[in-house]
This record gives sequence, C-alpha cells and structure tokens, in this order.
Amino acid sequence: MSKYIGRVWRVGNDIDTDLIIAARHLNDASPENLRKNCLQDVIPDFSKKIAKGDIIVAGKNFGCGSSREHAPLAIKHCGISCVVAHSFARIFYRNAINIGLPIITAGNVIEAFQDGDRIEVDVNQGFIRHLDKGQEYQTETFPPFIQEIIAAGNLANYVQWRMKANG
Amino acid sequence: MGMTITEKILAAHAGLEEVKTGELINAKVDIALGNDITGPVAIKEFQKMGVKKVFDPDKVVMIPDHFSPAKDIKSAEQCKNLRDFARSQELTHYYEVGQMGIEHCLLPELGIVAPGDLVIGADSHTVTYGALGAFATGVGSTDLAAAMATGEVWLRVPETIKVNLAGKPSNPWVVGKDVILALIGKIGVDGALYQSLEFGGEGLDYLNMDSRFTIANMAVEAGAKNGIMPVDEKTRAYVEGRVKKPYQVYASDSDAVYSNEVEINLTTLKPQVAFPHLPSNTRSIDEVGMVPIDQVVIGSCTNGRMEDMRIAAQILKGKKVHPYLRLIVIPGTQGIYQQCIREGIVDIIIEAGGVFSTPTCGPCLGGYMGILAKGEKALATTNRNFVGRMGHPESEIYLSNPAVAAASAIKGRITAPEEIIGN
Ligand code: SF4
Repeated sequence: MSKYIGRVWRVGNDIDTDLIIAARHLNDASPENLRKNCLQDVIPDFSKKIAKGDIIVAGKNFGCGSSREHAPLAIKHCGISCVVAHSFARIFYRNAINIGLPIITAGNVIEAFQDGDRIEVDVNQGFIRHLDKGQEYQTETFPPFIQEIIAAGNLANYVQWRMKANG
Repeated sequence: MGMTITEKILAAHAGLEEVKTGELINAKVDIALGNDITGPVAIKEFQKMGVKKVFDPDKVVMIPDHFSPAKDIKSAEQCKNLRDFARSQELTHYYEVGQMGIEHCLLPELGIVAPGDLVIGADSHTVTYGALGAFATGVGSTDLAAAMATGEVWLRVPETIKVNLAGKPSNPWVVGKDVILALIGKIGVDGALYQSLEFGGEGLDYLNMDSRFTIANMAVEAGAKNGIMPVDEKTRAYVEGRVKKPYQVYASDSDAVYSNEVEINLTTLKPQVAFPHLPSNTRSIDEVGMVPIDQVVIGSCTNGRMEDMRIAAQILKGKKVHPYLRLIVIPGTQGIYQQCIREGIVDIIIEAGGVFSTPTCGPCLGGYMGILAKGEKALATTNRNFVGRMGHPESEIYLSNPAVAAASAIKGRITAPEEIIGN
C-alpha cells in the first residue's frame, strides 16, 4: 500500500532533528518516549493533537541536523502516515526510507497546502491530490532500488531478504 | 572525463572503474561507527536482521561519548548496551570511559581512519574525516546495522561543489571555524544538500590539520553529504605514526566536473559569529553589536582539539572570566586532556575561573554539563545553534571560534579577541 489520505499539519523550512525530537529525550529510544516528545517545541502537545493518519507538509530541508533515526521514528510512532516536504535533509531522507516512514519530495507543490487541508498522497506514483480544492500534482518517483526497500517495509527486512537470497 | 576525489573513492569501494553523479552504488565500508545514542538503535536492528556476527570486528567502531560518563540511569543502560555488544562481538575499537573521547576527535587521533577510506557513521559529523582525504558520511542507525551485517552501504554518487580557499589569512585569529561559518553563511544550510563539498586552493596551505577537521566537520551544516580535502604534506605528517594499515591516496583529476564553484577569500576574512538559530545566520565579529552572554562553551568535535585549547589558553592567561558568566572547557579526547595538563592549559583555565571537564559531548547537544535555563544566552565553539539545542527552547546559542569565545568569556559579552590582546 502506498496511498495515504489525511489532514495536513503545515510546518516551515529547516525543521531540524532537535525540533523533531530534542536531544534531552534521547536517553530513551522507546516508542512511548519518542511519540510523546515529537515536535513538542514546534507544536506543543503535537502527539495529542494529531489524528492517526495525518500528514505533515513541510518546507525546505526537513530533518536537517543530526543523524538520529529517533526523528523519523518519533513521527512514525505518533501515527503520522506520511511526510511531504519541499526538500528533505539527506540523512533524514535515508532514515525515513530505511525505517519505513513514507515520504515524498514535492518542491513548490507544498505551497498549495495549509493547516487542516485534506490531502491524498501516493508515494510510489509520486502523486499528490488536494482533496478540498480538487487539484492534482505529479512529482518524481523513487528509483527502483529504493522502491525495493520500500516494498520490503524497511531496510532491516530488505537486508535479511538479500542475505537469505545470497545464501 | 576526469573524476573527483569523492567519485574515485566511491568507484574503488564499489569495485567499479568509474561512477557517475546520480548513480546508486553498493560500496564496501572501511569503518562503520556508532555511539551511545545511535548504537543501541543499530544493535536492535542488527539483531532483527538475524545476523550473529558483525562483518569485521576491526571495522565496526563503538564510542560512548554523547551522554557518557553516563549522565543518568537511562543513559547508563544505553552505554551498557553498547559495552555488552562490543564485548560479545569482540570489537577492536571500543573505548571505555577513561580512554574514550568525542568520536570525531578520537578516530583520527588513534589513526583508525586513513586517507582514501570509506567511512559511514551513525552520527552526522562523521564528515569530519574528509579532512584526511577520506570519504566519510553520516547515516542512520538502520544503515549502520545493515553495514555491520553486510560490510556495505548504498549510496547515491553526489555532485560536487568546489570550494576555493583563496589567499592567506591576514587576521591573526582566523581559523578553520571562520572559514566554514563564512561558507555556510554564503550558501545556506541547504546550499550543498545531497552534494559533496571539495575544499582546495592556496588557502588550505595556511590551515593546520585541526582547522581542517573543523571545516570538514561542519560541511553537514550546509547539508553536504561529505566534505573532502586533498592529501598534502600536512595530512601525511598527521597520519604518519598513527595509521598502521596500508592506505591509498586519491586526488581529483584536473578535468573533473563540478556542479558549482564557490570562493572564500581568507585575506579579507574576519572571525565569524553565527546568531540564533541557524549556523548560516553569520556576521563578521565587527558587526555583532552588544550581545551579553551567560555561558561560554569551548569544546565539541568541531573545536575541542589541541589548537583550540591553546588559543583559548593564550587569551585567558592571567585574566579572569566575567563574574556573571560560566566558562566550560571540554577537551575532545583523553590525549588532548593530558597534553593540556602538560602545557599548563588546565591551570590557566581554572585560575581564570573556568571549569575543565573530562571529554564528552555534554552540552553540545543539550545532554548535560552546562544546560541553559530559559532566556539564557551562550556562545559556543560547537556546530549547531538550533532552537533548544543546549537546553531550554527559549535559550539562545551563538557560534564562534575559540579565540572569540575565550575573549567573550572575559568581557561577558561577545567580543573580538583584539579587545583582550592587541594584534
Ligand atoms: S560534540 Fe556535539 S556535534 Fe560532535 S558528536 Fe558530540 S554531540 Fe555531536
């Protein structure tokens, strides 16, 4: 499944990994701890306010800063189904794919969305729809190799599968 | 068509004659690094992959440095997890409290990374080793787990931006930190996103290895995948006696292709200060104005090396820290710590009214050892001034080189070193 429908949470440019999950919470990698402190310094009580399946729509360079995988994990554990951004910071981009958090690079398409709008995203097809305005947008799709990781669910499954295949 | 140093290292590690930008490759890793925050997550993923042994116990490196010596019970559990794994896997390069230092200061010092190596680390500042002419990049914990299992990593061959360092510094306090802050100020925090930054030019001759590590270290603050430098006499002198394994030196071809070129003029460069809350928010020291501060931190993988300690001591010698301000100095490794004792640097800092800590990341990421209260301002030689990075979300961080930091600790406000010692 690569299609997600949800309500938009709109955030700005350069949302760094300290804002997504501050280092003071990194002494505990449990899903519960990550979930409750996710984006806390950007939107207080974020994890309580969102509904399962909601979608983050962000500006440029989302996830810049540290390599902490805790950042995409925190977003995933919150119940966010997908992150759409103008662009992603490099390590966050890898991490999201590797842990199975669906993401899509959308460039200026993000300008069409505001807090609370309803959005549909098809990650495999690179397709985005504004459900309130009825507008549709096409973005780039992932290269085949990355699609294989996405199809496996995450990099751990993919590696396991590959190691078995190689005997 | 010629290749860049980055392309050559990637091709060699992927077993290919040549690689092209944008190509996805599977490359062999020489070093896979984790720490007490990212390591435990990687270990869990590694175990999920159903693999018993790491691909090579000489090439998997684990360093407890972020919240270590353990700052609380949960951190102690994470450190223990790392320790247990290192022992059961019989890792060659695991360094316990007493031997450990901040990973990106420690690995070069111990000669674990060599020119031409391909290094991945579950820490964004892994890019530091580019100063040695190695390809080094930050990844996440799952990437680290996959590399621990297979000895390989998937990478997209990046475009390269050439950074020409022109001229000789004329300001006596200008060091690597000012070069990289000026660059980030110029191109922005996503100015090199997904790309490689390759540093070169005459200016490099005037920068010692410690300054070069600082520059490569903050390449990630411009969004870069790696920051890399050519291997010259200074690099060779540094690795001699440290690196015990055979290594290969790569250099960019004269007809290599670059996506862009940027120049930083060292002759006109002045010490730089990054204002809250982005490293790109830079100003020259003479444009700073009146900024009173509550704390100064000198340390981290950016500026916790010997050159940094010496500069700080040079300015603080015989002076007193401002009574309304806390000065915290943190050497990067035990080796640097001991050298500071030998050179009398520890005495100078304590007599000035500062504290001198054991090596740790500590306040750099808001862990411990100098957390800021609401509304407080700090000047730090670290690399990130994001919201809440050093403590309360309403505290503020300014970034500078160690000379500006030490001078400001005396004045109680951000100031040029010349205000303490003349030219
Ligand atoms: S000193 Fe700071 S930037 Fe460097 S590894 Fe430690 S926490 Fe990260």
